[in-house]
Order: sequence, then structure tokens, then C-alpha cells
Amino acid sequence: MTAFRDLSQHILDIAENGTKAGATLLHITITEDLDADRLTITLRDNGSGMDAEMVRRVTDPWVTTRTTRKVGLGIPFLKQTAEMCGGHFAIQSQLGQGTTTEAAFQHSHIDRPPLGDLIGTLICIVVGYPALDLLYQHQVDGREFTLDTREIREVLGADVPLSDPEVLGFLRGTLVEGLRDIQA
Amino acid sequence: MKSLEELRKIKERALERRQLSGEGAQARVVVAMGTCGIAAGARDTMSAILRHLEEKDITDVVVTQTGCLGLCEYEPIVQVQVSDADMVTYGKIDSARARTLIDKHVVGREPVADWQIKRG
Repeated sequence: MTAFRDLSQHILDIAENGTKAGATLLHITITEDLDADRLTITLRDNGSGMDAEMVRRVTDPWVTTRTTRKVGLGIPFLKQTAEMCGGHFAIQSQLGQGTTTEAAFQHSHIDRPPLGDLIGTLICIVVGYPALDLLYQHQVDGREFTLDTREIREVLGADVPLSDPEVLGFLRGTLVEGLRDIQA
Repeated sequence: MKSLEELRKIKERALERRQLSGEGAQARVVVAMGTCGIAAGARDTMSAILRHLEEKDITDVVVTQTGCLGLCEYEPIVQVQVSDADMVTYGKIDSARARTLIDKHVVGREPVADWQIKRG
């Protein structure tokens, strides 16, 4: 049984779906609006997308494209959690057009899981999927932090990968600083 | 964002290291990051591996991720391949085991028999 402790585990799970669908760019947006008491997480990928029937079925626990095991539970659990926490859940997708997944929550809801180890999730995405670029935008009450691996790759050139240990240290430092600075 | 100037210096150092060590990775480490793996703690395993390589200044290991391998009860699963040897699949690799695995199999070139998933 799926037992994710935090929302950033769901983000990693959906990123994995996107890379399986051949995505080369993943755009993650996290918006925390404390006045409106709202937390919204959006993941948009440019992978192969899904038709309407598949979109309907991925929110059903008994459907998956995977052949190794028949049950995919990440998405249904996120949907259930969002709806349980005064929010909503939606997937928009079209074949050849990529997929957008959005989950919203009442920010202060007692049952809302924490965002958790966001930096761990982002580092896993950057290192684990070498062919994927990540655009990460996180807003807290209008203060925004952005990380775009395309900009970093441009500086590094073709011979130094994002997974180089010293580059990873730089990325981690950038994330720690950036996420701290947007907190109230 | 930390300065791009700093990133340029990191790039120069990385290029120098690559010239010294010669091209090509000596080992490949793959962490299974399907829904089952994530639920079992694969993100922490991955983070521990990356941290450990950073701390030991090991730069010739490629770390990537894969999806569910159909062995969900053994998650977190880590696969290690050193040079041209066969890939070895390990089960129930938490952060502490991950660090030991890097020391023993990646650095020491000795597979850890006890943690291997035995099939069939």
C-alpha cells in the first residue's frame, strides 16, 4: 500500500511518470498563498501525454501503463488527499501535448501532508533523469524562487553534467538559500 | 540564485578533474524510484548515495533512477555495476546500507552477498 509521508514524494512520483512518457522538460510550480489559505502544486511535462480515456483511468487505482505490476496508486492517493483537505485535483492531457497535473489544498488543513524534503526530491529529479530539464518555481505570498536547469546547463556546457558532485553541492546550496529566503 | 560566476569556477574545476581521471565512469548505480520505491524510502537512499559520493569526492560514478522493477517487496532497490561486471541488484537498501554499499562494492569492488536479491 502506498504510504507517502509528504507531498514532495508525490512530486517525485509524478515526475517519474513524466519521464516514462518521454518528457524532456518538467515545469513544477508550488504556490503558497497564506491569505487565501491555499497551497497549489502544478507539474507540467512535455511527454507523450494521454488520451481522455487514459486520463480517466489513471485516477482509478486499478489501472497503469506499467506491465511489471498491475496497480498504480500514486495519483489516486494524491487526488484523495487533495479532496480530503478542502482542495481539488485535476489532470489535463492530450496525446502528443504532454500532461499537466494540479493538486490544491487548504494550506492550514489538519490532514494536509507537509511538503517535506523538497530539496531531496528536486535533487533526485535533476540527477536521476539526465535527459530531463527542470524549471522549478516556488512562491510564498508573492515572494518567488526560480531554478531553471537549462540556465545552469548553459554555463556548464556539454562536458560537465548536472550530477557532478560539486555542481550538486552548488544546486543544493542554491535551493537551501532560495527556499529559506521566500519563507516569511 | 547563487552566483553564476561561482558556477563557472566549479565548471573549470570539474573539467580539470575529468582530464586527470580520464573519461568514462568506473561504476553505475541505479536507484528504483517507482511509486513503491518512493514509499519505501528510495529518495532518502538516493540522497544518501549522492551525499556519500560528494563527501568522498568520488566523481567517476554515474547515478541514475529507474521505475518499478516488479520486486516491490524488496524496495528500496539499488543496482550496482562496476566496470564490465554484471549488474548486481540489492534489496532493502536504506541510507546506512547505501553508504556501506558504496564503500564495499563501488570503491572496494566487492559485492555484498547478504543484501543481494536472489531470484528463482
